[in-house]
Amino acid sequence: MCLAIPARILSVDEFHIAQADIMGVTRRVSLDLVPEAGPGDHVLIHAGFAIQVIDEADAKETLDLLLQMDMFREDAPGTEEFVEAAAPEASTLGSVVAEEA
Amino acid sequence: MRSDRILLAHGSGGTMMRELIEDVFVAEFRDDVLKRMDDAASLDIPPGRIALSTDTYVVNPVFFPGGDIGRLAVCGTVNDIATSGAVPLYLSVGFVLEEGFPVADLERILVSMRDSAVEAGVRIVTGDTKVVERGHGDGVFINTAGVGALPEGIDLSGSHCRPGDVVLLSGTLGDHGIAVVSTREGLEFSTDIRSDAAPLNKLVAEVLAAAPDVRCFRDPTRGGLASTLNELAMASGVSMTVEETAVPVRDQVRGASEMLGYDVFQVANEGKMVAVVPAEQAEAALRAMRNAPYGEDAAIVGTVDAEPPGKVYVLTAFGAKRIMDMLVGEQLPRIC
Amino acid sequence: MDYSSFRDPVVARKLIEAIGSTPVEPVKFMEVCGTHTVAIAKYGLRGVLPEWITLLSGPGCPVCVTSNADIDTAIEFARQPGVVLTTFGDMMKVPGSYSSLTREKADGRDVRIVYSPLDALDLAQKHPESQVVFVGVGFETTTPIIASAIETAASRGIGNFSVFSAHKTVPEALRALVNDPDVQIGGFILPGHVSTIIGLEPYRFLAEQYHVPSVITGFEPVDVLQGVYMLVKQIAMGRADVEIAYTRGVTPEGNAVAVAKMNEVFEPTNAEWRGIGIIPGTGLKIREEYAAFDALRKIPVTPPPPREIRGCQCGEVLRGVTLPYQCKLFAKACTPEHPIGPCMVSSEGSCAAYYRYTDYGKS
Repeated sequence: MCLAIPARILSVDEFHIAQADIMGVTRRVSLDLVPEAGPGDHVLIHAGFAIQVIDEADAKETLDLLLQMDMFREDAPGTEEFVEAAAPEASTLGSVVAEEA
Repeated sequence: MRSDRILLAHGSGGTMMRELIEDVFVAEFRDDVLKRMDDAASLDIPPGRIALSTDTYVVNPVFFPGGDIGRLAVCGTVNDIATSGAVPLYLSVGFVLEEGFPVADLERILVSMRDSAVEAGVRIVTGDTKVVERGHGDGVFINTAGVGALPEGIDLSGSHCRPGDVVLLSGTLGDHGIAVVSTREGLEFSTDIRSDAAPLNKLVAEVLAAAPDVRCFRDPTRGGLASTLNELAMASGVSMTVEETAVPVRDQVRGASEMLGYDVFQVANEGKMVAVVPAEQAEAALRAMRNAPYGEDAAIVGTVDAEPPGKVYVLTAFGAKRIMDMLVGEQLPRIC
Repeated sequence: MDYSSFRDPVVARKLIEAIGSTPVEPVKFMEVCGTHTVAIAKYGLRGVLPEWITLLSGPGCPVCVTSNADIDTAIEFARQPGVVLTTFGDMMKVPGSYSSLTREKADGRDVRIVYSPLDALDLAQKHPESQVVFVGVGFETTTPIIASAIETAASRGIGNFSVFSAHKTVPEALRALVNDPDVQIGGFILPGHVSTIIGLEPYRFLAEQYHVPSVITGFEPVDVLQGVYMLVKQIAMGRADVEIAYTRGVTPEGNAVAVAKMNEVFEPTNAEWRGIGIIPGTGLKIREEYAAFDALRKIPVTPPPPREIRGCQCGEVLRGVTLPYQCKLFAKACTPEHPIGPCMVSSEGSCAAYYRYTDYGKS
């Protein structure tokens, strides 16, 4: 019930309808629920409406904080398969093809 | 051709039908064998085996960004023939036209088919047309059947994949499906994405030459990559794992898929080819694909394992493994 | 803004290790948003969490909890001459007592999928000869949007547009769940986008009256892990609060403009949640002032008496009492190809998520 995705507002017309950009795709989006939003803002869109302005600075800060979490322990349970899968060498495709010149 | 719309009389076998065939079909297709208008085309085929394939096209809308039903009809059958390792040679075309269909649109479709056939190096040599009452057809339905020459010693099959093999994909995923849905009423959005409909017989031939032990080719059309790989995994009794980060997807396709709630692995493609090759020939196959027409974004996307048979997995960008499931029915946009 | 940062395996790894090294008793967390159900299955998150954490899916799929009777009513609207029924794609395949919108469309009824109610408004303006009825399903993320569309219809005098409201609200449903003796929920993973609208306050009672921790969580894998981590930390410290993990999308106050619009057009009523029964005050009906846009008042329909399918355990699955693969019909009589209940049909139903993304319960 929550499929809302980030989009960037390109322009707004006099009816509070914006043109929003989602990774290069453009669609009309109503700003009726977020009237303060304007061109350049990032918003969450759901069913053709913006429902919130996204705080990008907050997003960056959250990620930085999470990365700094000093709880890394080799023997923490449930992490073995995950650690293997996440490590770049675990990519089974890497060994098959040498880098193209 | 005096009428600007298709009428029932154009399908009735009389002079108006002849007018339609001569002034429109034969005039646009411009093929010597077709011009003879015999009931059967007499053709020269190299000695040995042949490959035969047919498909029917009912796409709506008939014209979409990057293509039309005609291009799909030619490329689709050319590609199906090519997956067997055969060289596509001749096509037949069958039309069911709806009363009232604009002749100008029909001509546009025929030109597109002719151009696609020329590009693929195949000839449209025989055809048929019928007209149905208004309301009994979706504008136009097209069937194409194709014949190709299958050289000795080639035995490609979806049941030949083996553990240790490598899965290649010839280019970006999802372009066709997203291009078509972008024009659909109630869902419209603006995008540069165009259908990828294209003939891939030359690409297949070059990969076959570079990697002679290739197991099979398959084009991921309806149901997308997920259907294709699940079919291959089941036919061969093997497991496959696709690395999400290795699969080429255009940003706009990703954006549109996120917006509509689509799974990119299930979106249709009309100009892409999957190839499964033994590991030691993967590099050569990839290089051949990238140098072939329409293969510039080709990538190695996955591997084949023994267990569990018939299952396809995705190693997600996030690092966990989950099943790549097959489409059930139509993929619908969602807000949940 | 790009997604990859909240799908970063390095960040995810840190969170998993943090979760694993915070010792607590075995605990059950329930998520009440279908999008969380799908995300957890799609990213394989159950497999990477320690086994003393059980993730339960609750009644968070508004499609799944729409009663048979409501689906039958939507179908009745589609059957009225002159009606164009517009709906989100999610509702198309859900079975009612006797039929589904997809079946009705195959039978020749005018049923159309739209991405936004604005598209339905456009249709109404383009086809003044038709009565456009929009099927309103969804929680607080969606309801203000429908409210805005109704207000627009009113101000522009679009008389051939109306909404059939089957909308529901989340917080009181959580009260019913936390009171349920059959499931001991140790913490709630709260829906990120519902909370974008309603903020933090409506959930306070979970902490203050029931001492159950809850965290408002986003939908990328890192978001979900962060939500779980914050729940585990609360439990380890013996706390019970409502916290926001999804700070980039949710503020404590929520979206006041959206809430005001929702309350301007809708008022609370009782609602029947499929498999759970009637939860008082969790439904939304269109207020008298907007009666002209209420399909129920405008177009009288009499759906047939509703009928439940025997053997379907969707209700227990929705309450978290039964896991999907524990249902007797799962992967046997009930599959995505031949679904019996909404949990298998809905794109974010619990059973569909388990069936599509995991091997549980399959031979």
